[in-house]
Amino acid sequence: MSRTNAIIPSLTQGKPRLAAFGQRFLNGVIRYTLMILLALLLFGAILLISGRNPLHSYRDMLTSTLGSAYGFSEVLVAMTPMLITALAVALPSRLILINVGVEGQLYMGACFATWGALTFRDWPAWCLLPLMVLLGMAGGALWAFMPGYLRARGIVNETITTLLLNSVAPKVVSFFIFGFWHSPMDTDKTASFVPAARLPTFFGTRVDLSLAIALVLLALFWWVMKSTRWGLEMRAIGGNPQAARRNGLPVSTYLVVVMCIGGAIAGLAGMAQVSGYYGLLLNNFSRGTGYMGFLISWLSFGDPLGILLTSFVVAVIFTGGNLLQLTQGLPFAVINILLAFTLFVVLARPTQAVIALKGAYGSEPKP
Amino acid sequence: MTLLSVLGVISSAIFSGTSLLYTTLGEVITERSGIVNLGLEGVLLVSASTGFAVASLTGNPYLGVLAAALAGGLMNLILGYLVVTRRGNQLASGLALMFFGFGLSALIGKPYVGAKIKGLPRILLPGLQELPRLYASLFRFDLLIYLVIPAAVLVWWLLFRTRWGLGLRAVGESADTAFASGRNPWLIRYQALFVGGLLAGLGAAHLSIAYAMNWTEYMTAGRGFIAVALVIFSKWHPLRAIVGALLFSAAVAFQLLLQSSGIKVSPFLLDTIPYLLTLLVLIIWGGTRKHAAPASLGRVYHGTE
Amino acid sequence: MPDQSHQGSAQTPFIAMREITKTFPGVVANDQINFDVYRSEIHALLGENGAGKSTLVKILYGYYRADAGRILLDGKPVSIRSPQDARRANIGMVFQEFTLIPALSVAENIALFLPELPAVLNRREIHRQIQALSERYELHVDPQVMVAGLSVGERQKVEILKLLLSNARILILDEPTRVLAPHEVVALFRVLDHLRQDGYAIILITHKVKEVLQCADRITVLRAGRVAGSLPRAEADEGKLVTLMFGRELVGPKAGRQKARDEAVPPLLELRGVETRAEGAETSLKGIDLRVYPGEIVGVAGVSGNGQRELGDIVLGMIRCARGKKLLFGEDLTHASIGTVRRRGVAFVPEDPLTMAAVPFMTVLENMALTRTWHYARSGGFRVDWQAIRSDVQDAMGRFGFSFPLYAPARALSGGNLQRMTIVRELAHGPRLIIASYPTRGLDVQSAIAARQALIQARDDGAGVLLISEDLEELFALSDRLIVLYGGRIVGTFRPEETDAYTVGHLMTGAEVQHV
Repeated sequence: MSRTNAIIPSLTQGKPRLAAFGQRFLNGVIRYTLMILLALLLFGAILLISGRNPLHSYRDMLTSTLGSAYGFSEVLVAMTPMLITALAVALPSRLILINVGVEGQLYMGACFATWGALTFRDWPAWCLLPLMVLLGMAGGALWAFMPGYLRARGIVNETITTLLLNSVAPKVVSFFIFGFWHSPMDTDKTASFVPAARLPTFFGTRVDLSLAIALVLLALFWWVMKSTRWGLEMRAIGGNPQAARRNGLPVSTYLVVVMCIGGAIAGLAGMAQVSGYYGLLLNNFSRGTGYMGFLISWLSFGDPLGILLTSFVVAVIFTGGNLLQLTQGLPFAVINILLAFTLFVVLARPTQAVIALKGAYGSEPKP
Repeated sequence: MTLLSVLGVISSAIFSGTSLLYTTLGEVITERSGIVNLGLEGVLLVSASTGFAVASLTGNPYLGVLAAALAGGLMNLILGYLVVTRRGNQLASGLALMFFGFGLSALIGKPYVGAKIKGLPRILLPGLQELPRLYASLFRFDLLIYLVIPAAVLVWWLLFRTRWGLGLRAVGESADTAFASGRNPWLIRYQALFVGGLLAGLGAAHLSIAYAMNWTEYMTAGRGFIAVALVIFSKWHPLRAIVGALLFSAAVAFQLLLQSSGIKVSPFLLDTIPYLLTLLVLIIWGGTRKHAAPASLGRVYHGTE
Repeated sequence: MPDQSHQGSAQTPFIAMREITKTFPGVVANDQINFDVYRSEIHALLGENGAGKSTLVKILYGYYRADAGRILLDGKPVSIRSPQDARRANIGMVFQEFTLIPALSVAENIALFLPELPAVLNRREIHRQIQALSERYELHVDPQVMVAGLSVGERQKVEILKLLLSNARILILDEPTRVLAPHEVVALFRVLDHLRQDGYAIILITHKVKEVLQCADRITVLRAGRVAGSLPRAEADEGKLVTLMFGRELVGPKAGRQKARDEAVPPLLELRGVETRAEGAETSLKGIDLRVYPGEIVGVAGVSGNGQRELGDIVLGMIRCARGKKLLFGEDLTHASIGTVRRRGVAFVPEDPLTMAAVPFMTVLENMALTRTWHYARSGGFRVDWQAIRSDVQDAMGRFGFSFPLYAPARALSGGNLQRMTIVRELAHGPRLIIASYPTRGLDVQSAIAARQALIQARDDGAGVLLISEDLEELFALSDRLIVLYGGRIVGTFRPEETDAYTVGHLMTGAEVQHV
């Protein structure tokens, strides 16, 4: 937690912290750049072995993503769900709640939002979209409630329960798609949503409103943690649950509520995926977006700015990966190797995160 | 619904359950030593693609099985380096390993998409020669299927009847105590990961070399996560894992049966039953304060500082 | 079983610790201690908490390293740098917190430490070894059951069996009777007696005078890190030992004591027949009836582990009453949350601020706000009024005469400053009831006086104080009323001026009371 607290400058009024903060930020950037270079080197070796010129590949990846407005917009499109799902992990992690269940919460959010989109298709956009947002958040929160409640009561650790529910949610979605919602033409997806159920996009790109929502949420998260009573109380609970309890803070209530809010944010990501990116509900539409969110949040210690930067880097890698498929004849999934190398080199450094001190699901949760 | 179709369903359940059981057994060993491997999905994919590639190149399915097992062991050693030596977070490292497996398996398997191989030879269950050919063909299993139950017993024996297993369980429960008794928790965790990876590799080999006999991207379809859930369901016990694997494959079989008999029950809802059962079991244990998970599962062992 | 041929002459101590000195930051835990143990001897180490008993044996067991001093084994110097070294020297220790693995069976726990374990376990042979030994010493446990299902007494037997089977010949037992029922204590002493007859050397750490007299051959009393006296059983009696443990009779200044109380005033706190359920090694409270009135300090004496911590926790609401009622300020708050209890005006000064009161990574100022976030929240919680917090803190710091940095993270503070921070936070807002648990632990003399002054001031302003301490001097100096806890029960209630440290010490250590 030390890092997060250091990066989120906490009300140390009148202290010359900006310079120190800048220094630390710069150090962080340099270190991460070196790590990414190392990852690129490793992946370069793999490209070389499979008979491609790594330098050409990297040049193409870079020009295709950051070299054009269209490429950049695609990076932003890829980045949006990562931002939101990472936030859905970062917020509970402040209470040392390990939410591995974003994947499932995302599916439930998508499911609920789709129900709204299909049922109230005649409503105008200004009614329908907010309703879908609320439904999506409700779906995610619902999926997170039980893990949160069981954890707060000290019955089962949230890591196990969220992980199990991850496997259940996509099947529930499939049930609705195949059973009720599929379009006349396909069995594995719904018909395209009516325009009123689509998130508005910007400047003719595929960047939609959810990016703005994500950025607002990140800022809100930063501000709540830094300035409000609830942020103060959450930092206390995350920093020392026993002391927080003895000081009279309602720890159990916080555990349940924050877990639900995390779920709601994940549900919002699901809603954004179906309403913005796809415009319909597709069977098994998310291949690990939620897990990616977990990784991003973990790598950036749940820090909003870190989430933004890490998501951006990962989005560049992914978007650039499309190009490998198109021009170099490598399967798209290969880009996961570059991603994994980046993760490996970051993970392999000695960690100080508080989350690492906690058992994955060994420790008996105490209310 | 004919007897033949019922038997056919059972037969296919056995086929799909085998790879799951091997993987679960491997994960039982790793988790007993205190490491949870969320990257199992990636390990399976790499093993499956490597095994398939080797089987295709050499024309010898047994070499393929061997290669798959080794690939699984090596993948798990990567995780070992991250979480044991570098003391990284197990969940994050596992997920990173999963993404690595997605990519690496796609790369390895690319040239072999659509390739044909000689699968593992199938041998008729002794004593069933009398059956009509049609039935007999349903009960011709490969070596890995015959060996899976003995493998579960072997894992049980290793864990509960040998010094190595005792040390391994001690590390998973309390690395400090294990260290105090003169054992090396780091080494034992590496060993557990490698053996667990070998078993996961066998599971993956069965999937690509014996069952599907082809390679497609993401062909494991979540089996890694199912195995992690199964380990919990079986309370980290190799013999109960047999029951767990049977339950999952029975769910599959039941669906097929229902479909063939024309009864309208969504297969997807049936699919969720094993998970919900696991959840229910967990809640009941939790309510009675019986925690079966190895006590230091997921913890970093820092040594005595 | 010890190797008889190995026995040295009766004159050479089996283990001799010479001039052992060990200091921790700010404390001399052991000051030139000499300590001998012979074969076939039960040697008791007696002393209050903090007297240095645990430090001494942990040095012997290789857990700590002495700053100075030597250890001789059979007259020959040995170097013990780790528990492994100690075990190699046949020294074994049973800790207060057992080191058994609950999820493994008794046999497995023991097998883990067997010196020569074959690669394939021979369970029959292990069971046979365990059974042979448990028959011999009446340490009956079923080797096949999980340790998790054993009672504390049974776990202790397993720990002892584990040591015996791993060839230990010097057994160190740290407060072995702390967690045992009376009949189990009797059984344990029988076992120890038997072991002594077989040539084992046993070091028994305890603060219970009566038990020492029951089973020890020799008794060494430690006080404040020094040997206060060492005498054979024949020369020891309760009076001598208690005097050695607590030093000269302590009669603190009783100035400013509260006048006779107006009986009509309703109590601030009333516990009626409160009982708790114990989990693990915690002590459970049994049938506690207690009232704290406005303007009085009720001292709670007792050796730690006898229910004082639980008493404080039950008033705060950390643990639930299994039976009985808790009334605060006339209101039944038996099942109220800690938040409610605190908002009614209860303050809590714990013994270990870093784990029980402060959030280490937050600044001192943020920590100061934690007990009253509802008070400092503005705009419905969207803002926190740091100005108000700072002026409140600075005001209180002035009143108590404390000063500590406000913008440093709490973990950067020294133990003393942390405790000052906690006292300021808890007392700043005029609480009606204060639970102070070892409030001066870790404070230098001056701050301790200031802290006591703050408690007295609060008392004089009409607050009730429940003062939990092991420091009899402090209790006698501050309390208007003194209760003694032993084994989770109140075993005595006194007005300090009507009693003396001797009587209270007797009660604290479970000795019979002759008078009162």
